[in-house]
Formats: sequence, structure tokens, C-alpha cells
Amino acid sequence: MQTSRTAAAVAAAALTVAGLAACSDDGPDDGKTHITVTIDAGLEQPAIDAFNARVEQFEDANPDIDVETQEYTWTAGTFTAQLAGGTLPDVFVIPFTDGRGLIERGQIADISAYTAELPYRDAFNPNIAAAGEDADGNLWAVPIAAYGQGLHYNRTLFTAAGLDPDAPPTTWAEIQTAAKAISEATGEAGYSVMTNGNTGGWILTTVVDALGGRTEDAGTATIDTPQMREALAQLQSMRWDDDSMGDTLQYDWAGINQDFAAGRIGMYVSGGGNYGNLFTQNGLNPDDYGLTVLPLGDSPDAGVLGGGTLAAVSPGAEAAEQEAAVAWIDFYYMEKLTDQDAAVADAQVKAETGQPVGAPELPVFDQATYDEQQSWIAEYVNVPVEQMAPYTSQVFAQPLVNEPVTATQEVYAVLDTVVQSILTDENADVDALLETAQADAQAAMDAAA
Amino acid sequence: MTSTDTRTAGVADTQAGPPRAARPGRPRARLARARSGLHTLVFLAPMLVVFGVFSWLPIGRAVVMSFQRTNLVTDPVFVGFANFQQVFADPQLWTAIQNTGYFALLALVFGYPVPLVAAILMSEVRKARGLFSALAYLPVVVPPVVAVLLWKLFYDAGEDGVFNTVLSWFGIGPVAWLQDAQIVMPSLVLEATWAAAGGTVIIYLAALVGVDPSLYEAAEIDGAGVWRKLWHITLPQLRGVLLITFILQIIGTAQVFLEPFLFTDGGPANRTLTLLLLIYRYAFTNSLGGDYGAAAALSLMLAVVLAGFSMLYFRLTRKWSS
Repeated sequence: MQTSRTAAAVAAAALTVAGLAACSDDGPDDGKTHITVTIDAGLEQPAIDAFNARVEQFEDANPDIDVETQEYTWTAGTFTAQLAGGTLPDVFVIPFTDGRGLIERGQIADISAYTAELPYRDAFNPNIAAAGEDADGNLWAVPIAAYGQGLHYNRTLFTAAGLDPDAPPTTWAEIQTAAKAISEATGEAGYSVMTNGNTGGWILTTVVDALGGRTEDAGTATIDTPQMREALAQLQSMRWDDDSMGDTLQYDWAGINQDFAAGRIGMYVSGGGNYGNLFTQNGLNPDDYGLTVLPLGDSPDAGVLGGGTLAAVSPGAEAAEQEAAVAWIDFYYMEKLTDQDAAVADAQVKAETGQPVGAPELPVFDQATYDEQQSWIAEYVNVPVEQMAPYTSQVFAQPLVNEPVTATQEVYAVLDTVVQSILTDENADVDALLETAQADAQAAMDAAA
Repeated sequence: MTSTDTRTAGVADTQAGPPRAARPGRPRARLARARSGLHTLVFLAPMLVVFGVFSWLPIGRAVVMSFQRTNLVTDPVFVGFANFQQVFADPQLWTAIQNTGYFALLALVFGYPVPLVAAILMSEVRKARGLFSALAYLPVVVPPVVAVLLWKLFYDAGEDGVFNTVLSWFGIGPVAWLQDAQIVMPSLVLEATWAAAGGTVIIYLAALVGVDPSLYEAAEIDGAGVWRKLWHITLPQLRGVLLITFILQIIGTAQVFLEPFLFTDGGPANRTLTLLLLIYRYAFTNSLGGDYGAAAALSLMLAVVLAGFSMLYFRLTRKWSS
């Protein structure tokens, strides 16, 4: 009895110690540097195969680095939780809007010593590089892609509504007319907007910028402007007069992509490079797809809201891991933009595995470098470029407007509420909404300052 | 078992001989008691570690964080009561309190009686009571996220939505269940009641089994009908359980998060922004890279209010429950 009790006690103690030991996180000690890198969540198998092929190429070229993959997609909520919880991969991507704040607060690793060695360090478009630089110009996060907002439209729904899919709307009034026609002819939403998770504010800001307004002036909220009122009035009219926005009025980025790819939405505003997500993660039929530029207002300040993606490194990464992480960023994200062999190899793998090649982006370097890179991969381009011509033929000529910089997400959240009110309350009081939004946005900016 | 063994060992030592002869046994008894205490501690260790690491430590950490400005990456800074002041100054706090109170009220008025009525009806069923119990409990087994996705189909605002199709048979609708500011909260309460009622039904059924059948027999002899038996026997006999489920319901609804988070993300226009959703937003969706201090401060305030309410409730109902 005594022996069995002692044995049981020893077992319990061993279990406790084992449980505690399981909490430790030691990697294998094989002399290699181990890093985890980002792979988009929800990819189809061909895309995963293409990614794994690139990982193998990298490991062959860098035998002292071992790469593990981790599914990751940036969203405002999950990113912050992963950052605090230390569960981000060593290499992850963030939007331009988050770069400056994360750098100022030291929430990402300072990899500037390694990025300074990149041969193209000084070739970045200065406006784009600034998103990943600290106040002294050190590059903490590498800009890997840039975009301008665009109007995505469903060519099949356009045709069904008697509209010409090769002549998409060129004014906001034409968008409203087309939305009404699509809705009446097909029963689907002619035009939809994102509303949730700060995306409603993002898109509303996009429209305001396109009309020539701004939501921020150097730390001062400028919510109640004629352009804002014009944007909201059109939303109200489409929702309540035309009934052209369908039954679903609450969308986040993933949700609106899903419904657009499913053919339930005629038009919506989002990043010009969205084709990849629509095709690889939402099963878009390429024949349905059309992309054009946002109509700009007559104001000299009218411009297209731009943004982009930064590759950053986890603050918990050791020096060797940081160096290996920058090597991966250089290999996976950047070489295909700067080196012909890498560009061709990347495009070839994607094309062979049925992944989109040639979706429109804005240049992170200069226009000449971008054009040269596009010429390298021209034979592998498999996206419907003709259907994107209304966008690609005009977007480079549009003035680019950067996203607001102060309390960006909070102000977007405030504007979410405005958009949701307009869409769900027929008698929404615009004056009251804007007065509240102005006060809330200014309070958020003051708190951030 | 351990304490019994200790007592047995002591008795055996005492009975082994006269006091003088027992003296050498005292150190052995102490040793046995020490060993026994050590065994107890060792057996308790896994539970203590698990509770310590996953319950008490986070609670203590949250209390400390409520007085800090921290993003959990860089070093925290003590800011006194600044987080509490920040939370009180946030106009969304009052919106969240009103919405949470509204949810709790609706859940109390419509959701609280449902399991009780269901349990009483089921207790009257002679056959297949187990089947009814299983059916009632089934929603509790469905993973909450799956349940919400399912109900999103029910709540589809289009004419093809499940509920709207049913309403159309009567010439009603379509209704924008999750998009109409006036209807969205009752819609969440309806799903929450469906999802949670099963567990409470089982509790009530178990309590009903414990009611002495002779009470009903005596009442029937006295000519009592169904309602009088319900009012004078069933409910008084269940009052202890009813008191507990009431306070559990208040605590649960005050912390509602899942439904507003997954159905509406607090919308439309913050009409379903609840206290826990606001805490979530403080923590995870702001440009400061996580304002965990404000989130912890509001969490602490909510915990204190609920604890205070619970104590007051039990004090006020002590007489009734006894």
C-alpha cells in the first residue's frame, strides 16, 4: 500500500514536471537557424505546393537555414493578439498603416542593420519606403507590394443588366446608375461596401479622398467635409432610394471578397491587387472579373487612396533569426521584383501550379523597374489582363494619396459606425452622425498623440 | 483516504503497548503524518499548477495590468488610475453598458422562463423523456461558432432566408434580422436562448426529480389543479435552484461576447456593442498595438460590479433560499 502510494505520488510529481517542461519552447539543436515564415491562410493546394517549392529552393540556397511555414493573414484583431501572445511567425506581413506605430513602439524587430545591406535599399520609392522606416530613415520593415484602390466589377452581371463590361463607370453618378440597373435586372447587389472591422471607415475614406476631401489634417480630424457629405448622400440614395445594395449590408474584407467571387455583388471598392485573393481563396471565375480605376472628383486634391504591404520580423527573433528572416524576405518577396532569373522562376512556378501571375500592383521602386519586371514575366501572365485594362491603363496617372497616419484604425472604426448607420437607418441624421464622428475621431487622435 | 490512514496509524501506535512503550512510536507517527502530508501536496501539485498558471496568475496579472500602460511586447509603465479614467471618459462605455443591460433584460424576460417551462413540461411526459432531454440539450453540444453560422443562414435578410421564408407564408417581411437596429438585439437573444437553454433544462429536470411526489398527491386529494400545484409546490421546491440559475444568468449575460462578436461585430452602428466586446476592442483593434491596460481596467471593474451584485443578491435572498 505504502509502495503503491509512493509510486502514485512520484507519478503525479513526474506528470507535473513533464507538464511544466512541455511549456518550454526549445527548437532542435542541429546547428541551423530556424525561422517560421508566413503562408496565406486558406490557400488552395496548388498555391501551397507553389509556396513549398519556393521554400525548398531557399533551403537549397541557404543550407544553414531551416524554414517552417505558418498560416497567417493580417486582420486588425488577430494580429494584435498574436503580437502580444508571441505567436506570430518570424516573418509576417502588415499593412503600411501599421508600420510607423509598430516601429515607434519597438513592437517589431529592428532589422535595419540587415536591410541596409540589401542591394536595392536606396532604390525604393521614398514615399513607399517611409512606411517601413523609423524617424531616422532606418528600414525596419521592407515594402513588398503597393496598391491603389480600384473598382472591382462583375462583367457577367454587367452583361445581364445590359451594361457594357468593356466600358465600366467613369463617374460616381454612373456607378449609381449601373448599380441600380444590375440590382433591378439580376436581383443581386449592384454595389456593396465593407462596413465591419474598420473596413467601413477605410472604404469611406477612400471615396472621400477620391472626391478631393481628407479625414485628417496633421493630427486634426476633418470628418465633416462637403466630400464626406457627398459620399454619404450617395450611399443613402443607393441604399434607400434605389435599393441597389442588396440584402447583406454588413461586410468585412473577407466577406465581401467571398460574395463578390460568388457573383452576388456587381461592384465594390477595394485594393487594386485583390485578384489574387479572389481567385486563390474564393474561387472567382476569371471570366466574371473586371477592374477599373476609381472615378476622381474635379477637386485638385482628388486622388486614389494607396496602401501596401510591409514584411516585418517578430520582436522575439534572435539576431541570427533576424538575419535569416531578412534573407527570406529578400528571396521570397523582393528578388522577383529586382532579379530577372528570380522573377521568371517565381512566375514559372506560379503559372505551372495554376496561380495568378500578373495581377496589377503599384511599383515599390520606380516605374522603369516595375515595367522591366513586368516584361520579364510577360510570357507567364495568366490573369485576364484585358479585363483589368481600364485600371492598369489609368491608375499610374492618378494622384496617390497615403492613408491617414494618426489613430488610423480607431478613426476607421468611428467611420464604420457612420456607414452602418447610413445603411441600416433610413432616417439617419447625417448632421448628428458627423458631429459625433468628428468628436470621437478627434478624441482618438488626441489619445494617440 | 489519507486522513483515515493517519488516524489508523495513530490508533495502532496507541494500542501497541503502555505509554512508555509508545514513546518510540511518536516520531514514527509524526513521520507518517509528514509523509502523508507530502503525498497530499504531491497529489495536489498538478491541480495547483494548472489552476495557478491558467487561472490565478492571469487574474493577478490582469489586476496589475489595469494600472499599467502595456502592449505585452515592450516594458510596461505604471500609470496609476489613468486607464480607469480613460475608460470612464470613453462615450462608448455608456453605449456598451446600455446594450449589455438591454441584452440581459431581454434574456431575463424571454430566456429565463423558457428552460423552466420546458423542464416542467418534459417532467410531465411519461414516455421518451430521455429523448426530449437529449433534444433539449443538443444545441449545447453544437460548437458555438457552428451554431452562429447556422443561425446566420436563418437570419439571412433576403427573401430566401429561412426565417423570412417562413414569415412570407403569412405575408410578413422580409425582416433584416441582424441589420435593423430595433430587431438586432432580440435576434441575438433568441439565438443565445436556443444555444444555452438545454443546460439549464437539465438542471431543472434534475431538481424536479427531487420533489417529493407525495406533495402532489396530497394537493390532488385537496383538489388542486395544475396551476396551483405549479405555484404552490413546484416553484417553491425549486426556489434554491431558481436562485442559483438567476444569478448565473445575470453573470453570463453581463459577459455576453460570442453573439455580438460573431453575428454583428457590435453593429449596426454599435447597437450590439457589449462590455466584453468593448474590452476586446480595447485590447485587440486599436492603433496602439494593444491597449491592454484599458482592457484590464474595464475587466476589473466589471468583475468587481458582478461580485458586488452577487454578494448583495445572496444577502437579500438568504432568507428566501433557506
